[in-house]
Amino acid sequence: MATKPIAPKVFYRYNMRHVRQFTQRYQYSIILLKQLVKTDFKLRYQGSFLGYVWSLLRPLLLFVTLYFVFARFLKVGDTIPHYPQYLLLGILLWNYFVEVTSGSVGAIVGRGDLMRKINFPKYVIILAGSFSAFINLMLNFVVLSLFMVAGHIDISWRALLIVPLIAELFVISIALAFFLSTLFVRFRDVSYIWEVVMQVAFYATPILYPIAKVPEIARHLVVLSPLTQIIQDARYALITPQTETIYTVNNHQSWQWAIPIAITLMLAVIAGTYFRSRSKYFAEEV
Amino acid sequence: MAEKTAIAVHHVSKDFILPNESTNSVKSRLISVFSGGRDKSVDIQHALHDISFEIKEGEFFGIVGRNGSGKSTMLKILAQIYQPTKGSIHTEGKLVPFIELGVGFNPELSGRENVYLNGAMLGFSEKEVDAMYDAIVAFAELEPFMDQKLKNYSSGMQVRLAFSMATRAQADILLVDEVLAVGDADFQRKCFDYFRTLKKNRKTVVFVSHDMNAIRDYCDRAALIEKSELVMIGNAQKVASAYSKLFIPKDEASTSDEDTESRYGSRDISIESVHARQTSSDGAGKILINAKLVAHIDCENPRIGFSLKDSFLRPLVGTNTKLEHFKLGKLRVGQHFNIQFELEDIYKQGDYTIDFSVEDEAGTMVYDWWEEATSFWIKKDSNTAFVVSPPVTISSDDAA
Repeated sequence: MATKPIAPKVFYRYNMRHVRQFTQRYQYSIILLKQLVKTDFKLRYQGSFLGYVWSLLRPLLLFVTLYFVFARFLKVGDTIPHYPQYLLLGILLWNYFVEVTSGSVGAIVGRGDLMRKINFPKYVIILAGSFSAFINLMLNFVVLSLFMVAGHIDISWRALLIVPLIAELFVISIALAFFLSTLFVRFRDVSYIWEVVMQVAFYATPILYPIAKVPEIARHLVVLSPLTQIIQDARYALITPQTETIYTVNNHQSWQWAIPIAITLMLAVIAGTYFRSRSKYFAEEV
Repeated sequence: MAEKTAIAVHHVSKDFILPNESTNSVKSRLISVFSGGRDKSVDIQHALHDISFEIKEGEFFGIVGRNGSGKSTMLKILAQIYQPTKGSIHTEGKLVPFIELGVGFNPELSGRENVYLNGAMLGFSEKEVDAMYDAIVAFAELEPFMDQKLKNYSSGMQVRLAFSMATRAQADILLVDEVLAVGDADFQRKCFDYFRTLKKNRKTVVFVSHDMNAIRDYCDRAALIEKSELVMIGNAQKVASAYSKLFIPKDEASTSDEDTESRYGSRDISIESVHARQTSSDGAGKILINAKLVAHIDCENPRIGFSLKDSFLRPLVGTNTKLEHFKLGKLRVGQHFNIQFELEDIYKQGDYTIDFSVEDEAGTMVYDWWEEATSFWIKKDSNTAFVVSPPVTISSDDAA
């Protein structure tokens, strides 16, 4: 956009500088990310007596509640072995998803003051929120593994599947986080809309109930949702091979497994592009 | 001198789109779509208009302007916090990305934790902060308080910590917005020392301030932004004077008979002009206030006076011919005359304004009362923090 023509020599220097700036910036992002995640954890349990123990207590108490309500009184999952653990895993994954997406809606706007004073890579804000929630998820998995041991659940090679599944969950959560936080800068209704969407989605996703209870027609659609696919596959991997997954529900049509992954990747591309194009105007728009 | 350009600003304009009503909700967007376009509900504010300048490497460059003139927007564009609507910016060398002290400070964290957080904002890894931690704390003089939460710090302590961090920033180009407005004299001295170091190290500094003393003392060149336009660029002294003149009412030169808020009276005797100057800057000189007046009536011994005000418009000293027992004698219709007040130059460096007045002998009738009739600059070779420094004699008996 420079009005003056640029001499070749200057042009070369200009290029080199951009390479240098890119590496510097990348380094800066990592430093920032580390500190923001640390700060987030320091602040989260600051002033509470039990501190980090709450991170472990919360899923524990949740498990106890679920066990009594759904496994003992309602007996929803009679047909599924290790139903309490099955339930807990589903809820942990769902909670992570909610924590990242709902937590990030106001994240950009919340940092408005900072953005008006300093130029820094904005995606770090969303990444930091996502990593904080991820660390929380890992802590919760510690509790889950204790219950798995207590419930005599055998760990097999299937458990390895959890790694790509968590990666997929990470990607779809952060993609939505990027999208929602950007949208919220312009449309403040987004937070209310997303709250409702999350409530509906919680019941539309087979978390509390087995997928077998969903009517036949709806079942084929429900499994195409990335969240359903991730939760069911994770249960299949860690809890019991009797879990209904996208393969079993849709009669082993192997190509269908690609749909939730395609949705995830598409969301990631759209959200990434949208965030990139808007992020340079955040400082003046929030 | 063939100096390299550190910052080049090419035809930069910046418009802000301000929603009239709340267009921040889906509902209002929907409504405006149905009512034929959303452009109606939007105001465009032109914050900067077609600004071009260059800052050389190693230059101390001031940006001055009144509140709302667009100077802070300019700084934010230089810091790449805002994107220019039109035009472009090129910078050579690493630019500090912040414009304020203590960016990212969190009141709920301890001083120590904030040092690491703010350090990350400035681009320092934990290891790098570890290495300089002691020096930062020592410079801020906050050793006993580092494990207390920041919210329990006084604002002065916070600023000291923030400034101590900022001095660590490794960059070729620094952007400074109004730091000197806060802090006590001791802190200001530290700021000035830091600026001197920056100057010595040939760092490029862009400095936005309302303090013309600082602009004159430190800046090589300055730019004056007024109503979104770059109206003047060049020698810092000249730009600072031009800035000070913005605050003098426009009717300065006119001897119009119309009363304004800052000038009123019967004009039976009217003031044609007032000038003030300093004879030397070594502190031993005088301040001379000269006025040209004209009488439109016959009268005797009019009471002519002045008051000297500092840049905050605090009256510092004032007197008149009656108080000084000076008699002008008889004046006839149409008579032009001059008067000079001479006083000791005991004032600190800065911008000063003069109010000038003419009344009748008894002081019951105002002929011409002119507030802020002129302004001038007092320079001091050795400046102090005190408003006035009258000669002081020290004596002592030889007790030892």
